[in-house]
Amino acid sequence: MKLINKLWMLVLLMVPAMAFASETLHLDAAPGSLSDKASLQRGAQFFVANCLACHSAAYMRYNRLADIGMSDEEIRKLLPEGGKPGSTMKAAMDSETAKAAFGAAPPDMSVEVRARGADWVYTYLRSFYVDTERSSGVNNLLFPLVAMPNILGTLQGDQALEVVKHEGGHEVQTLKLTSPGSMSPKEFDATVGDLVNFLDFMSEPAKLVRYKLGYIVLGFLFILLILAYLLKKEFWKDIH
Amino acid sequence: MKLLNDFIGWVDDRFPLIETWKYHLSEYYAPKNFNFWYFFGSLSLLVLVIQIVSGIFLTMSYKPDALFAFASVEYIMRDVQSGWLLRYIHSTGASFFFIVVYLHMFRGMMYGSYRKPRELLWIIGVVIYLALMAEAFMGYLLPWGQMSFWGAQVIVNLFSSVPFIGEDLSVLIRGDYVISDATLNRFFALHVAAIPLVLVGIVFVHLVALHAVGSNNPDGIEIKKNKDANGIPLDGIPFHPYYTVKDIVAVVAFLMIFCAVVFFAPDMGGYFIEANNFIPADPMKTPAHIAPVWYFTPYYAILRAVPPMFGSQFPGVVAMGIGAIAVVFLPWLDRGKVKSIRYRGPIYKAFLAAFVISFLGLGYLGMMPVTPTYTLLSQVLSVVYFAFFILMPWYTKIDKCKPEPDRVTFK
Repeated sequence: MKLINKLWMLVLLMVPAMAFASETLHLDAAPGSLSDKASLQRGAQFFVANCLACHSAAYMRYNRLADIGMSDEEIRKLLPEGGKPGSTMKAAMDSETAKAAFGAAPPDMSVEVRARGADWVYTYLRSFYVDTERSSGVNNLLFPLVAMPNILGTLQGDQALEVVKHEGGHEVQTLKLTSPGSMSPKEFDATVGDLVNFLDFMSEPAKLVRYKLGYIVLGFLFILLILAYLLKKEFWKDIH
Repeated sequence: MKLLNDFIGWVDDRFPLIETWKYHLSEYYAPKNFNFWYFFGSLSLLVLVIQIVSGIFLTMSYKPDALFAFASVEYIMRDVQSGWLLRYIHSTGASFFFIVVYLHMFRGMMYGSYRKPRELLWIIGVVIYLALMAEAFMGYLLPWGQMSFWGAQVIVNLFSSVPFIGEDLSVLIRGDYVISDATLNRFFALHVAAIPLVLVGIVFVHLVALHAVGSNNPDGIEIKKNKDANGIPLDGIPFHPYYTVKDIVAVVAFLMIFCAVVFFAPDMGGYFIEANNFIPADPMKTPAHIAPVWYFTPYYAILRAVPPMFGSQFPGVVAMGIGAIAVVFLPWLDRGKVKSIRYRGPIYKAFLAAFVISFLGLGYLGMMPVTPTYTLLSQVLSVVYFAFFILMPWYTKIDKCKPEPDRVTFK
């Protein structure tokens, strides 16, 4: 009883602190699922076509795309000139040139989702807005002053930063589409969703087999647990 | 069968095979009333074996070089057959090692297993715990991610706060003025060779000491006081087969929880594997928030709770160090008439509950960023933590204990 009382005391003591800690930027949930092979494949195609010019995925081999159901032929189509299916995904632009052009070397994408989280990447890619004071012409709500230009701008269209004042002077920054891109907002979100889904797969290809194997292992152990328990019971009959 | 018996006989003439088997297993009499808490000793041994075996295989593909370490871990995760499984077993094993060891230590505290005649057994156990902390700390540098690097940076910097010799000491540990390739190499050597050797050695000594004095039990009374005509404790049962079959149940149940983490949540929401550690170590970029892995956070919170004195962090470092080894003094701080919590009075129980809360609370606070509220909370809980030890001679003496039974309670 005493223990429970003390635990309650602790919880009560921590409430104000926790309320303070939870005030972080809202992230949109990435819609992708690793069981959706078609989405992963679309994401892979999009990544190679749009991101790989600047961002490497130095730990990802092209032939690993077979894991998401791509055929040998489809994989070969994605290879750079003279590339081999067993080679890793290297950016077309070397990082020194990129650093000179953008002011920062584009990070490697192999494990980006594990470092940032899928929701973060999904929100980030959709949070660029026009900012004429910057040389890239854009800024990012989630990652202010980011060096990356808005590579997906032609698809998404232009967004502008709006400050909405709520009652009581509470200000919220939001983004509003000012001129449409080649995709509708829905299409664009789906495309970014596919891309992030692929980045998620790439950050840990083992995830595709890990769960399946896990169920088998737990099933085996459960049967073993029953047998072990029966064995123990049989032996312990003599102990009084 | 005859051939086997002949062979055993041949060996036994030259090595005390049967004698050892009897002494440590088939004729080692353990109290029959072990409960749930008594599984964690065997389980610690199991995790030690898991760590050594998975570690050996990881070593075959890992490269202890600042240029290749991060990439070699990703190579293990992607290109080595079942490499991801080995790595997750090892990373999950590290956290589970501390879980089972903390529970094992808490068992000792609840039932007074540190009291006479088991003081030395307890001290050896604390040495194992310290070696384990060193092992975990050095292993954490090896993936060479941001948290590996900056975590090591913060901890090694603590040594530089030692008066007079601090700077030289931290350079000696790092092998450089910053965490670097030299540090990675020596931590690798210590992690895969030196400390495991020490660990296996002292775990063996721990078992030898245990089997010499005999196991304590939840009633905290000596089963050797009541023996039958053959000198066998009346409440004792042979470790083998009774506790071997019982421990198999615990091992399988443990493996189910262990595998659930390995296969379904190896990151454990960032507590077992931190997200920041998927960014390669960068000496130029300090992460906004550096926190050690969960098993070190109670002591880290104590460190941060102590304000710098005379411009030095040293008092905090001392408090942290004493906090980590405080349990070693328990055999001499405890003046209680009984060993087990079952027969202790309310004062001891309240202090033990406060101790558990302070340890868990400090563990939570050690993970959080510094805020004035959190610092104040850390200070309060640090005082509670140390009060448990400092006031122990007093409150265990005045506490009203219940009478101990003559024989163990069973069923």
